[in-house]
Amino acid sequence: MTHIVLALGFLLVCIGFWGLMTRKEVFRLIISFSLLDTGVHVIMVGIGYVRTGTAPIFDEALAVAGAVGKVVDPVPSALVLTAIVIGLAVTALMLSFAIRLHASRGSLAVDDMKELKW
Amino acid sequence: MMKRLIIILALAAIALGFFPLAMRISGDSGLTALATHYVEAGADELGAANLVTSVVVSYRGLDTLGEVMVLFTATTGVTALLGAGKSKSHKKEKESERDGDGRREGSELLATGAAFLFPILVLFGIYIFLNGHLTPGGGFQGGVVLASAFLLLLFSDCRLELNHALLKGAEAISGAAYVAVGLLGLWLAGGFLDPRFLPAGEFGQLFSAGAIPIIYILIGIKVGSELTGIVDAMRRCS
Repeated sequence: MTHIVLALGFLLVCIGFWGLMTRKEVFRLIISFSLLDTGVHVIMVGIGYVRTGTAPIFDEALAVAGAVGKVVDPVPSALVLTAIVIGLAVTALMLSFAIRLHASRGSLAVDDMKELKW
Repeated sequence: MMKRLIIILALAAIALGFFPLAMRISGDSGLTALATHYVEAGADELGAANLVTSVVVSYRGLDTLGEVMVLFTATTGVTALLGAGKSKSHKKEKESERDGDGRREGSELLATGAAFLFPILVLFGIYIFLNGHLTPGGGFQGGVVLASAFLLLLFSDCRLELNHALLKGAEAISGAAYVAVGLLGLWLAGGFLDPRFLPAGEFGQLFSAGAIPIIYILIGIKVGSELTGIVDAMRRCS
């Protein structure tokens, strides 16, 4: 189970990298980055998974005593939880760069941007 | 051709670097020593039923403050990028918008749906971050639900103008209050962002876990107002 999740996350990361290296339009680069981001999240959640473990939230079904061995690792969950929202904000920042680029040049193709080429 | 070869080689290198790492991880390895400590002592130390919240708000509180800073920086960047060029032509644009230039009204279905769902979504967002220390949820998720309520409202009515002073005020005050709560922890309890300067309360009740609910409420308001600001900035520029 964990291996399937890790493999899927890894596949997403690879698709993201592939897109970043082969695509030539800013918008597609942003999509690739989002895929990469999602893949990393999936991998992190997969790392924290413990077989037959449940969510680390105490209630009637899960007593505090003897919870070790019954719950998944709370640390990766906590990290991914914030990372998803940060990823959303960073994607918004990239998209607004794309909007400004398109407004100033009328194009989103990387080949049209020659200022930093050497 | 050369380029394609390089790309394939790079992907293969990534795969080779990652594969041994992935193969060492399995679901049987159990918790790490740190996670074991959090699971065993977290409930007694902090009194929050949701351990993920304990980690986010308290054990890794400084990380979360850093993430809130990243969010703030990204929002500032979006506003600066999309707001700067438009301020001069804003008035003119507003006039042309009134002529209905290109932008279509939301359909009646969307308008009715948004009016119906908006209060429910706001209530749900507030519920999520109020109960972040008891049930799955918290400030970040609740804030996103709040922002989605405003997104729906902005979709349905293209002439709607949000109160920017209120948005900015909510964002600034909640951010400052978050740091202030952290400093209170430094002064009254064990360290920066230590939530134990308030009574722990009864385990599993709404008023429990010290200052964790307060911090999550502040994070919820901050995330909600920031993401609403991003959505609004993107709408105004398009």
